[in-house]
Amino acid sequence: MENENNILEIRNLRSCFFTEKGVVPAVDGISLDIPRGKIVGLVGESGCGKSMTARSIMGLLRYPGRIAGGSILFDDQELTTCGEKQLRAICGKDISMIFQEPMTSLNPVLKVGKQVRETLLAHDPTMDREEARRRVIEMFAQVAIPEPERRYNSYPHELSGGMRQRVMIAMAMIGSPRLLIADEPTTALDVTIEAQILRLMKQLQEQTGMSILIITHNMGVVAEICDYVYVMYAGQIMEQGETFQLFDHTAHPYTQGLLASIPRLGNNPERLHAIGGVVPNLLHLPAGCSFCTRCERATAACWEQKAELEPVGEEHYARCFHCGEGTA
Amino acid sequence: MKQFLKRLLGTIPVIIGVVLLIFLMLRIIPGDAVSVLLGDHVSQDTIDRLTAAMGLDKPMWQQFVSYIGNLFKGDLGISYTYSRSVSEMIMEAFPYTVKLTAMAIVFAWGFGLLAGIISAIRQNKLLDRLFMGLSLMGLSMPVFMTSLFLQYLLAFKLGWFSLVSDGSWPTMILPAIALGWNSAGSIARMTRSSLVEVTQADYIDTAKAKGLRYRAVILGHGLKNAMLPVITMMALQLSSMLSGAVITESIFAIPGIGRLATTAITNRDMPVLQGTVIFTTIIVIAGNLLADLLYSVLDPRIRKGQ
Repeated sequence: MENENNILEIRNLRSCFFTEKGVVPAVDGISLDIPRGKIVGLVGESGCGKSMTARSIMGLLRYPGRIAGGSILFDDQELTTCGEKQLRAICGKDISMIFQEPMTSLNPVLKVGKQVRETLLAHDPTMDREEARRRVIEMFAQVAIPEPERRYNSYPHELSGGMRQRVMIAMAMIGSPRLLIADEPTTALDVTIEAQILRLMKQLQEQTGMSILIITHNMGVVAEICDYVYVMYAGQIMEQGETFQLFDHTAHPYTQGLLASIPRLGNNPERLHAIGGVVPNLLHLPAGCSFCTRCERATAACWEQKAELEPVGEEHYARCFHCGEGTA
Repeated sequence: MKQFLKRLLGTIPVIIGVVLLIFLMLRIIPGDAVSVLLGDHVSQDTIDRLTAAMGLDKPMWQQFVSYIGNLFKGDLGISYTYSRSVSEMIMEAFPYTVKLTAMAIVFAWGFGLLAGIISAIRQNKLLDRLFMGLSLMGLSMPVFMTSLFLQYLLAFKLGWFSLVSDGSWPTMILPAIALGWNSAGSIARMTRSSLVEVTQADYIDTAKAKGLRYRAVILGHGLKNAMLPVITMMALQLSSMLSGAVITESIFAIPGIGRLATTAITNRDMPVLQGTVIFTTIIVIAGNLLADLLYSVLDPRIRKGQ
């Protein structure tokens, strides 16, 4: 580990889809630090590689996706090469994950209590079943599921979306993880439930001192709970920084575009801002900056040459030749 | 439970409908029992007397009503050819058919499920190819061909099994495989594709993320979901197996329901034919009911439904 304060360090991670049409670099050499006890946000549009990054950590890449290079260090342990058995021992216990869609992430034919209990038993097969059951019910209470005793025997279809996501959180928390990865945990929920779930995650983080990597496309979620933000575009980190710093002194045109796209009440007499164009095909990226096809500030240099992540402030980096110009 | 009772009651009109249909059909087809029984050179007087004795001179609706009435008493009539109670004949033949189909089902479901699961886990590997090839073979061949093929190869050429069955367990193995192969094939293919599809589901990722072993993920989370469509098919195959038994029993000389039915057709022995068809219908309906019941055991969403 380069820094002992980090629980997870990703260095130059490349995860690609090896398709018949060619190699698609969905995650193209990203580096990311998650400090102990902090909440880190990974933001970007659909298809920018943020979920791929999370899945790479958990070894959950789907065929034909594969980690093609780089390293993922979790507490001095290399996850990309440690082997399936080792990874299994870590997943669900030291690192756990919450998924986007609570309806489909829970097995429809098993009782939710059993699904949570299974996590405990997978890592400690000798544990007494009754004891495990008791701990699940305790955990249900902790994530504010009403009537936890009764809910233990419920099936997923008997619960609301918010409740299901609480079950998923209980499942992730039951092993007392040191890192929780939340892949768009609130995207499928309505706004009031979203706020509740975010508050719950923040509260659990404060109680346990774990770290959280939250993956989202919603800058509002980032502002609400993240300490540190990474902005991802077409498989690369475009800007990273401490949350307040990044929001106050946004350097990259892409991040500026994302922030300008948040609807605000009252002061928007004109149409809502939108970043023009679409995410480029990862098989045919421009030679230079991958955002140049949609960037208002792009110059000839941007099309030909890739910018490096350069410091633009304290703990604040951006990948752009035109940082700070025409700040919104 | 209430839902199950409702389903049970719903089968009664189905059974009556089937009885009516069979009854009508057997009277529409040409050829009658009386001329088969008496042969060519008899006087019209003899024919009339026998027709009256068998009750065939009455209007068709009267025949039907008295048949239904007797049916509820468990009386399926008297065989024209053997002058014996049809119910008795069926009960004599039934154990052989049960033995045959039970063995075929054990083979089809056991081998089908196992081959399907193994093929799904070892996708595109050697075992998968082998099992899928065997399945396709069973699926493409009609039962009579499978029977003749197995009889020729394993019994006649290699001498591992006896050519015909005397109704004992060991001699039933070959007919059971011949009868079950087709079903085993479709179950194996269905299980495989269903399981492969299920492994793409989000909850499989959740299970993996818990740190479960691959086997626990597949058997604990995948299989129960994957079984839902397979079970429907298994129940449907009960009926195709019973119709297949007719052929297999004839080829291997097993004195079961199937052979009873084929002999009855040649002899125009209407009461026996009706009896066997109605009997099989009831068994098929029972099979489907059982599948529904199993379905609701496996899937909680159906259990609470409506």
